[in-house]
Amino acid sequence: MSTNRISKNKVPGALAIGIARGGLEVKQFMRQRESVVFTLAFPIMLLAIFGSVFTNELTDGVTFSQYFVAGMIASGLVNTGFQQLAIMIPVERDFGTLKRLRGTPMPASSYFIGKAIVVFVTMVIQVFLLLIAGVLFFGVNLPTDPAKWLTFTWLILLGSAASTSLGIAFSVIPKSGRSASAVVSPVVIILQFFSGVFFVFTDLPAWMQQVAAIFPLKWMTQGMRSVFLPDSFAAAEVAGSWETGRSFLIILAWFIAGLIISIRTFKWDRQK
Amino acid sequence: MSSVISVRGLKKSYGSTQAVAGIDINIAQGEIFALLGPNGAGKTTTVEILEGFRTRDSGEVSVLDTDPALKGEAGRIWRNRIGIVLQSTSDAGDLSVKDTVAHFAKYYSNPRDVEEVVSAVGLEEKSNELIRTLSGGQRRRLDVALGIIGSPELLFLDEPTTGFDPEARRAFWALIKGLRDNGTTIVLTTHYLDEAEALADRVAVINRGVIVEVSTPALLGGRATSLATVSWLGVDGPKSERTDNPTALVRKLTETYQGEIPELTVKRASLEDIYIEMIGGADVHK
Repeated sequence: MSTNRISKNKVPGALAIGIARGGLEVKQFMRQRESVVFTLAFPIMLLAIFGSVFTNELTDGVTFSQYFVAGMIASGLVNTGFQQLAIMIPVERDFGTLKRLRGTPMPASSYFIGKAIVVFVTMVIQVFLLLIAGVLFFGVNLPTDPAKWLTFTWLILLGSAASTSLGIAFSVIPKSGRSASAVVSPVVIILQFFSGVFFVFTDLPAWMQQVAAIFPLKWMTQGMRSVFLPDSFAAAEVAGSWETGRSFLIILAWFIAGLIISIRTFKWDRQK
Repeated sequence: MSSVISVRGLKKSYGSTQAVAGIDINIAQGEIFALLGPNGAGKTTTVEILEGFRTRDSGEVSVLDTDPALKGEAGRIWRNRIGIVLQSTSDAGDLSVKDTVAHFAKYYSNPRDVEEVVSAVGLEEKSNELIRTLSGGQRRRLDVALGIIGSPELLFLDEPTTGFDPEARRAFWALIKGLRDNGTTIVLTTHYLDEAEALADRVAVINRGVIVEVSTPALLGGRATSLATVSWLGVDGPKSERTDNPTALVRKLTETYQGEIPELTVKRASLEDIYIEMIGGADVHK
């Protein structure tokens, strides 16, 4: 019993538990067949619809599909992170899953790390499939410049992280798992319209552009455009350039804000 | 014996409602302590304060020499030593029993063997099945498995056998007694008085935020000395007599019947009778 006590003063590390949670979350996600198919196929369906409706070229050699694929990847970040988590976490709260976890030595940070992992993994698979479909069926051209792939990589990493932290932060707002979808989905859809996912951003009214500039999706979309569109297209942006540095800072700021709110306000139990 | 849980003058209000109105409890190491009380009596609030889920307004609380309100790393080290089985948990259930138990084992410094725990709760045949294929009683046993996987020194059980068939309940009671015999302290809340009687070393009855009595199940509410009812089949139909001296009555009947007394029973007040009386009694005081 006494040796027992000594070893009990050292608990497993938060990162190790977080990685284990990530593995578990991915496994759980993959076993929900309907939601896997929907999450992965929905962006491809949208690309097919928009690519068929808007067949015009925006400028020489830039099709709407090319413009739209950037928007789809960026809004994929918001869907798999923010939307998915802000809907699923209230359900887990209703089921008592969170309260049970609260009663174990698992720290909150491990739970957050697990969520970030499942969002990132889902995102990677989704983008991979979307790009394959885009190249094979919709004439999407992939960038060849390594610098663009570097931008792409940090956008996916930082974008997933920001979307995760904001989804966890927002999860305190829906009162129950049943109402979560109704509360969260409109936020996402409006943000997508305002941020230039479905339409060319510079075609939107100025006030809409200004509202969108507060939120991260606009910057994720613009960042993705810098990856998928030729540099000549930068002149057509609002600022006349890609503003990559600014995108990075704004997405980073949202990530940190989401994290602070999550740590301070996260609710494990429905009653409190 | 050392005290695993010690509570002095615990109080908690929600708005103007006083849920817990000054409670003292001492629970010794290695005992099964049952908390009984009607809904809204303050039972759940008390247990949730002990489990660290709720804050208290005032009073001293020590659980394994630690204040359960503790947060951060010290709170984790404390949780590493306890196990909690909540009233109802219904996960999505897309994982197998074994995977889930094995995953929870990773949270603790000193987990028990996964297969051993799965067998201990009688789920070895369901080990590789998805949780969503389990029946209500089987899910409950999984909850218990997750509560004990960390080899806790102290285990909280909230209504543990709801939805069990009688055989599963008895197997479960044996499991809990086995844990107690290995030194685990157990705090049980239950609506089933037969469960409290079968398991608990001591019982506390809570009503309206205060403890009405703490005793062994056999002695609660003066049960051992209460009147016994002796019933038998007389020549002109069933007879029944309440007495504080049943042995003498039976001896007298033996002489009358010259051998076997037809349909003889001697019945003391059940724990349930005593409990209902105590809860009603507390109502009258209000």
